[in-house]
Amino acid sequence: MTMPDLGRALVARTMAAMCFAMALAAAPAFAADTKPATTIVIDNFSFSPAQLSVAAGSTVTWENHDDMPHTIVNDATPREFKSAPLDSGEHFSQTFSKPGTYKYFCSIHPHMTGTIVVK
Amino acid sequence: MPDLDTSAVSPEPLTEHGARRRTALTCMAWAGAGMLWTLNGGVPGSKLIGGTAQAAEVDRHAFSFVQISDSHIGFSKDPNLDPTSTLQEAVDKIRTNKEKPKFIIHTGDISHLSKPDQFDTATQIIQSTGLDVHYVPGEHDVLVDDGNSYFERFSKPSVPKWYSFDQSGVHFIGLTNVLDLRGGGLGFLGDEQLAWLQQDLHARTSSTPIVVFAHIPLWSLYPQWGWGTDDSARALTLMKRFGSVTVLNGHVHQVAQKVEGEISFYSALSTAFPQPAPGTAAGPGPMKVPADQLRKMLGVRSVKYVPGKAQLAVVDTRLSV
Repeated sequence: MTMPDLGRALVARTMAAMCFAMALAAAPAFAADTKPATTIVIDNFSFSPAQLSVAAGSTVTWENHDDMPHTIVNDATPREFKSAPLDSGEHFSQTFSKPGTYKYFCSIHPHMTGTIVVK
Repeated sequence: MPDLDTSAVSPEPLTEHGARRRTALTCMAWAGAGMLWTLNGGVPGSKLIGGTAQAAEVDRHAFSFVQISDSHIGFSKDPNLDPTSTLQEAVDKIRTNKEKPKFIIHTGDISHLSKPDQFDTATQIIQSTGLDVHYVPGEHDVLVDDGNSYFERFSKPSVPKWYSFDQSGVHFIGLTNVLDLRGGGLGFLGDEQLAWLQQDLHARTSSTPIVVFAHIPLWSLYPQWGWGTDDSARALTLMKRFGSVTVLNGHVHQVAQKVEGEISFYSALSTAFPQPAPGTAAGPGPMKVPADQLRKMLGVRSVKYVPGKAQLAVVDTRLSV
């Protein structure tokens, strides 16, 4: 094996290890028996994480870190939840008791969207 | 504001019709310079302003109006802790202008958070000019109560959430595209407003110059940041038969221009804070510029119309140079 080949193999092995590590890190968010992350940060006109899985009964909190107001509005009829406008630094919490998929968006900047999956 | 005949920045005069001119205007899309074009009975001609005798000719039916936008009264963060004072400076520019405008249009985001005291502050400053003011709402003006607090204050009871009026042969249309926004979508006009628009335009001859104003761009300026209107194509289709259509918007806090057929689009400066050019930042929030740069990125717009050998001139003036 030449040196460049060795280097490439190392990179490949490292990347595979990293992918494995990331998969492990991500796994708890989807496992019902582990307490999931329940805070969603609004930054630069986007929800992070935009997709979130939680166990039924979890409370999700959105925090606005932007300099502009945003809202969290369930994209469904009828609406299950709708926040008042959140100015910078303000937050909104919603408890999800029923399993299901809840799409939501910012009614001020509707290109901002996210999804909560409740298991 | 600068005198249009002497201070307007004009591109190299083009003497040929059609494609060349359009190409030139399209290429200027991000130039940010004041731009002029001619109208002859509503049909765009080939001359841009050149300081000629024609340009100096004053028609007694000529008039100008002013556009201000995105005053965001109530915002108080970097880069502008006091948008009240920058709005006041913008209004002072209007008041001290040599040529008195017929009226002012405000293309929305008057307030930052739809609060009564924010509306009060803004209207007191703007109405100190003594001029008529025609408002359309931005999304920041309709944050609560489905926008009713805005409409109760700014709409006449007899007119709905959109309206039109005439001035010296020019037909003005104020549209609302910040209500009932859909998840994953952009600005929105809706069927009811589009039906009204069709009816409103139906009564006009194709040679009537049309000026449309709304908060969110009625063109796809940068949909990734929400800078467009979902159903604007339906509105623009209704305007296609007209020889001259000018569309003025706010929302993006920067000068942007585009020509599509006979329709010309102009985005205006804010009086409160600038926003980044499309795609040049992580998001479309306020640009944190140094204090000595702020006023170079805020301003007001003057639009002048002269019938006949007319020139409809769009000139953006910054609060400081």
